[in-house]
Amino acid sequence: MTLQIMEGSIAVAETVRLCRPQVISAYPITPQTHIVEGLASIVADGRLDAEYICVDSEFSALSCCIGASAAGSRVYSATTSQGLALMGEVVFNAAGMRLPIVMSIANRAIGAPLSIWNDQQDSIMMRDSGWLQFYAEDNQEAVDLHILAYKICEDHDILLPAFVCFDGFILSHVFEPVDIPSSDEVDKFLGPFAPYQRLDVKDPISFGMYATPEYYLEFRYEHDLAVYRAADAVSRYGKAFGEMFGRDYAALVEGYKLEDADVAIVAMGSICGTTKDAIDEMRAEGKRVGLLKIRCFRPFPSTDIAKALAHVNTIAVLDKNVSLGAKGAVAIEVKEACYGSCIPVYDYILGLGGRDVCKQDIKKIVELAEKGTGDMFYGLREELL
Amino acid sequence: MVDRTIENFDCGHRACGGCGASSAVRMILKGTGGNTIVVSPTGCLEVFSTPYPETAWKIPWIHSLFENASAVASGIEAALKKQGRLGEEKVLVIGGDGATVDIGMLCLSGAFERGHDFTYICYDNEAYMNTGIQRSGATPYDADTTTSPSGTCSYGNNRPKKDLPQILAAHGSPYVATTSMAYPMDLMKKVEKAMNTPGSCYIQVHTPCCTGWGFDGAKTMVIGRMAVECGLWPCYDIVDGKLASAKKIKRVPVDEYLKAQKRFRHLFKPTRNEAELAKIQAIADANAAKYGIDIE
Amino acid sequence: MPLGIGCTARPGLSKNNKTGSWRVFYPTLDKTKCTKCGTCQLICPEGCISQLPDKSYEIDLDFCKGCGMCAEECPDKVKAITMHKEEK
Repeated sequence: MTLQIMEGSIAVAETVRLCRPQVISAYPITPQTHIVEGLASIVADGRLDAEYICVDSEFSALSCCIGASAAGSRVYSATTSQGLALMGEVVFNAAGMRLPIVMSIANRAIGAPLSIWNDQQDSIMMRDSGWLQFYAEDNQEAVDLHILAYKICEDHDILLPAFVCFDGFILSHVFEPVDIPSSDEVDKFLGPFAPYQRLDVKDPISFGMYATPEYYLEFRYEHDLAVYRAADAVSRYGKAFGEMFGRDYAALVEGYKLEDADVAIVAMGSICGTTKDAIDEMRAEGKRVGLLKIRCFRPFPSTDIAKALAHVNTIAVLDKNVSLGAKGAVAIEVKEACYGSCIPVYDYILGLGGRDVCKQDIKKIVELAEKGTGDMFYGLREELL
Repeated sequence: MVDRTIENFDCGHRACGGCGASSAVRMILKGTGGNTIVVSPTGCLEVFSTPYPETAWKIPWIHSLFENASAVASGIEAALKKQGRLGEEKVLVIGGDGATVDIGMLCLSGAFERGHDFTYICYDNEAYMNTGIQRSGATPYDADTTTSPSGTCSYGNNRPKKDLPQILAAHGSPYVATTSMAYPMDLMKKVEKAMNTPGSCYIQVHTPCCTGWGFDGAKTMVIGRMAVECGLWPCYDIVDGKLASAKKIKRVPVDEYLKAQKRFRHLFKPTRNEAELAKIQAIADANAAKYGIDIE
Repeated sequence: MPLGIGCTARPGLSKNNKTGSWRVFYPTLDKTKCTKCGTCQLICPEGCISQLPDKSYEIDLDFCKGCGMCAEECPDKVKAITMHKEEK
């Protein structure tokens, strides 16, 4: 293992190179740009033999991926925020067509108001689309999850697309030490793309037909089952990944000092790093606080979450998104997972549109949760209201 | 080579009896040869040919969305190129006018600007027929549709057709053509030419729609010929941006073509609307002058 | 039959749908008048007219919707196809 200091986006671009997509199709949008610029350079320098399509929009970006994937090529795209919203119709379509597309999401807020800064509203908005969703805590995890995502998606028992989400700017533009696996190892782990079916004049199929009421329900049911089946695939391939690369991803959720915790924080993405530091300090003060990190949001690991949180007294969910008029998406689903347990689940909407979240904030949230105060926007500037 | 014996579109599809589009698709597939992958946007053709699992397509076919056929085709082309299959296998889009001139314009313009090697054929039935005859950007002047109805304050659609062939020629397309399903030889010849021209090629095929335009389905070819003969549908091709040929005709006034269709009935009943008919005649005259279609 | 993943199907199944039941008028082809020009076969929206080994043409009434385009387009000097009202 050789650690290199590199920017998150470049680490992702180098990792995508190792996955050998034949077709890359992407449209520039902040803060995803460094990934696609990196890949454009990689292709221009002959370090990856791929067709790089400079498309007219995100809508076309993912549509090109659909065509190329259906024709039997491994494909890649990346986007965020408004771009993901623009391609929304294609997002649902790619999943329904059961195409194993991997797409990076450099998570960013959604306008209006326009904001280029980080939260996770964009990928959360697509939670019902039938894509798998993975969230990276740091750039190493972002790197590893891309390789793992291709492996899971292309399994003929799964055949689904996946988002690999990593926080815009906070990870995408930050230089960290990462281990980029060797090309040989990635080749060995992934193997060449073996499409389940493809557009081919020698063996014609009609792809993406429409379903009448006699068939539609069953198509959706099969799709749902495939998303659930992906949980096993994550465990299986996450373990195999660990055996080959030394970093195990068999778990869909990961506890940090959770075993004896009274208060559990539940979070996704880079905020988990800050939370771990805050927990270390709170532990030093004698507070029994732990973290449950959700790495895989779709499929949603309800049983794993219920099991991991069964012993705690209080649950505080950090949501970098909000379903306006309801609560944060993570809290809603964690509550569902813990239904019947009587453990209070408090939701904290925070960090939206790039608002910084520090260790102090995590500590304050724990205090609020202990007092039974929650289900709130945290960190509001009262003078503006 | 155009091969009239090729049948890549099966019986049993659900098009209306006398459908100009389904007739055109059969001819198109005789012009493309068998080694073709077809992309269809949402629309009449997609719906009448592919209710799961009863596909009418004997060659590879894909549908994704209404507005992205050109981008899907771009991706297929890129994949075939990378896999060393392009050339042996060709990519063809067949889409309706709504999917082409309106909602699919972004993806279409992008694909033609990038110059992907595929042919896009628009079957132009001049409205959104699949959803019930609503006006599209390809609906002709004064046509009555369900969203451009004629009435006491309306003569129907108040704008002329969007000139997509010229727009795509301006993209630098090596081959742009218009043709009609009423002229099968012209259609098949142009399809063959487009399929064998590298780059993004475009053909707009006039396909009369008996249901949407209001005429007897037996007359689909007749109506198609009348459109050409009066100059409202000029058949021409543009090679590398220059007009290469145009079908010469002994042009007749537009009246008979319009009278034969319910969508223009309001121009004749209760009384002849001379002012509006003159405007439509002027469109035909302008076409004739622009493309030089009149036999002197 | 299990569902085709991605809503896919193999060719051939549209023939399960016998569109001949839609018909109000049916065509008859007088082989003694037919000049075998092939126009009807070329333009039929259904593709349900086929050429037999003896080069004559046959209309498959399982699929013919009775639109009458073939009769209309059969050349004026030939008029080998005529339409008749279905009696059900």
